[in-house]
Amino acid sequence: MELLLLILVGVLYATGIFMMLRRSMVKLLIGLILLGNGANMLIFLLGGITRGKPPIIGDADKVLTGIYADPVPQSLILTAIVISFGLQSFAIVLLKRVHALIQTDDLNDLNTPDTSI
Amino acid sequence: MLIVVLSGFLFAFLTLLSGKLVRNSLSWFPALLPLALFIYFMSYIPVVAAGPVRFHYPWVTSMGVDLDFKLDGLAMLFSLLITGIGTCIFVYASYYLKGNKYLDRFFCYLSIFMAAMLGMVLADNLIILFIFWELTSISSYFLIGFNNEEKKSRRNALMALTITGAGGFLLMAGFILIGSISGTYSINSLIASGGSLQQHALYGWMILFIFAGAFTKSAQFPFHFWLPGAMVAPTPVSAYLHSATMVKAGIYLLARFTPILGHTTSWSTTLIIVGGITMLYSAFHSLQRIDLKEILAYSTIAALGTLVFLLGIGTSNALLAAAVFILVHALYKAALFMVAGILDHETGTRNIGMLRGLKKVMWPVALAGMLAAFSSAGIPLTFGFIGKELIYESTFHAPYIAVILTLIALFTNILILYAGFQAGIRPFTGKLSGVHQHLHIPSFRLWLPPLLLALLGVVLGIWPSLVDGPLIRPVYTALGETTILSPLLLWHGFNWVVVLSIVTIIAGCLLYYLFVPSRSYIPLTDKWLHLSPEALTVRLGRAFIHFSNRYTNLFHNGFLRSYVSVIIVFITCLLAMKLITGVDVHFDIKTNISDIRSYDIVIFLIIIAAIWKSISTSSRINAVASLSVVGYCICLLFVIYSAPDLAMTQFTIDTLTVVLFVLVLFRLPPFLKINDRRVILRDSVIATAFGLLIAIIALEVMNEPTTKDISKFYSENAYLLAKGKNVVNVMLVDFRGFDTLVEITVLTIAALGVYSLMKLRVSSTTKE
Repeated sequence: MELLLLILVGVLYATGIFMMLRRSMVKLLIGLILLGNGANMLIFLLGGITRGKPPIIGDADKVLTGIYADPVPQSLILTAIVISFGLQSFAIVLLKRVHALIQTDDLNDLNTPDTSI
Repeated sequence: MLIVVLSGFLFAFLTLLSGKLVRNSLSWFPALLPLALFIYFMSYIPVVAAGPVRFHYPWVTSMGVDLDFKLDGLAMLFSLLITGIGTCIFVYASYYLKGNKYLDRFFCYLSIFMAAMLGMVLADNLIILFIFWELTSISSYFLIGFNNEEKKSRRNALMALTITGAGGFLLMAGFILIGSISGTYSINSLIASGGSLQQHALYGWMILFIFAGAFTKSAQFPFHFWLPGAMVAPTPVSAYLHSATMVKAGIYLLARFTPILGHTTSWSTTLIIVGGITMLYSAFHSLQRIDLKEILAYSTIAALGTLVFLLGIGTSNALLAAAVFILVHALYKAALFMVAGILDHETGTRNIGMLRGLKKVMWPVALAGMLAAFSSAGIPLTFGFIGKELIYESTFHAPYIAVILTLIALFTNILILYAGFQAGIRPFTGKLSGVHQHLHIPSFRLWLPPLLLALLGVVLGIWPSLVDGPLIRPVYTALGETTILSPLLLWHGFNWVVVLSIVTIIAGCLLYYLFVPSRSYIPLTDKWLHLSPEALTVRLGRAFIHFSNRYTNLFHNGFLRSYVSVIIVFITCLLAMKLITGVDVHFDIKTNISDIRSYDIVIFLIIIAAIWKSISTSSRINAVASLSVVGYCICLLFVIYSAPDLAMTQFTIDTLTVVLFVLVLFRLPPFLKINDRRVILRDSVIATAFGLLIAIIALEVMNEPTTKDISKFYSENAYLLAKGKNVVNVMLVDFRGFDTLVEITVLTIAALGVYSLMKLRVSSTTKE
């Protein structure tokens, strides 16, 4: 299964970067989201995957025993998901605001480099 | 000593606080600072004549940089010039710039400059020397550009800073080179180990860097042009910086390094050639000028060339001549500049064609001008005569091409005499022009300083023993010379040297009487103007700005995607190279593959299809919907692979994102239809390469064994310490509670941002 996840991570990264290189702002956002998912999956994969053994202590036990999924990458990813939601929602609203101002989705119209020195 | 060096900086700070007083009633007050320092240094003369005095203050000892100061003969001569002439200049400027609304600022810059100059000549550590060296450049930038409302003033100040700054940069390289080769930055240790650096393989580079610093600072050809430009500064500045002190910093540097790097063929040849060209070039140019200060500027460059030339000859005679000529030149040139300043101040012109017969209305000034001119001419009974004799002595007895060297010196001296007479005698002789009848003797604060300096030139000419033993011999010793030379004398007896002196005076006087200075000669050289070092520098500067523009616009072009692609391509290449050369890429089927169930494959295929749809569709709603499919499928993966908390979070967040997206995107136009195949192909190659790289790295990481100590700690203690059964939750809210708090704060800020962006009403007219 790891190989499949590996391919998935590669595809998410590749498509995320590809979308970030587009001219449309919406596509840039989509790229960001894909890249975020890719990063989460990367951490998840590298932490080691375990089927059907969540890191929850049984009713009768006091410590986790036997085989169980690693809780550390999980809490990292949980944080990452929440933070990236903050980023995405801000970006989405910013996009709306930019569009309200200049009526375009084209990043080229936003370009103000220091060409006129 | 530390206090002495830093007093100028302290004083400069003080003028900031008491600017109003300095501007008005107490304008003479700043002159007390150089006067006090002058007296302080005078008190050291007997001590220094016996041997150098050294001061040590620890600073950055671990890097070999300490505040080491050494007061030897060379430092003493310069310190006295800096503070002595400094006193004259401070007094002079207090009247010259009377009523200037920035007088306090002027004294502030001037005292910073003085302190920097003192620190430079006293420093016994290369790094300290360099710091003060740069400070002189910076403070002189402010002084040259003092009349900052004039464009020319600003431009020339910048030019001076550029040239000296570039030289300083190379000088730093030279110092670091010398420091790292010899293992010490202490000048004293370098002198003590004398001669070892000359044999080093990198000796050529060392002297190249030192020369670059010295030639730019001392206005040697081809870097001479900033000095005439710097004449836009107020005259006190020209007198102080550009004749007596700062331009001699390069000379100081060469003299200081003579015992360390000197006495080799490449050292001597370079200095003689550069000094010689500078002498001839600038002496010739001084003929074409009719502005007093410009004439003096070119004759200063000629004198600086002479000093470099003498250091290049490098015999005992030549070094003695250099030591004397530094003093001679400082005395008469500062006086001449101040005289020129008085004329400018009183008559409003510096054109020598319009100034005549002024001795009738301002005799003290005329006296100062004439005495200084005599000293510059080397008329007997002046100190200039002794200096000139020594110069001829050293060229005449030079070890090689003595005839050519003597001729160069002769030609230059004739023109220096001419320049001195033009500035110090011509304005005062002849018939007084009608418009100048009403003039009268200016304040003594103007005429006393130049008169003092000019008189000193005569006194020392008659009694050279006054400075010979106490001042000149220690300089000579500091240059590493031990040969005993005869003492300075007014009269050496009749020989070829005297003949040369007489020829100089006669030829110079003839030139002065027969040659009519005029601007009409300028067009003769103007046709070469576009090839002059100045024009080339300006063009280089423009080309540099042009290049910077292009370079900046190439990398900072405002296109986010080009930044991203540059970064990604760079990282991909770097990591790929490392992977190819350094890491053995492999994967072990047995350990890396856990069983694949049929629903795994189904989920995987759905995700891939959804990703493909989200990047290929032309409808935004489709893209967002596909994104949500990707998110939910990842959610399923979390469920299957034992991460229920992640699954719940991902589910919630994904839903929210989609809702938000749809709400906002509802009003947006459809995707742009931009289908440049080449761009798409290029971007897909970049993206695929990056994705592949990440996958390979991930594979490599999976091969590495991991430790589970941290997980183990949390798993064992989640219930025992925190009384929670869900380990992930316990970690987030208990063990790492503070992190979560910060995370919530971040979310709050994002939420505030979202809220205010939604509520903010900006009409499209305010977009500018």
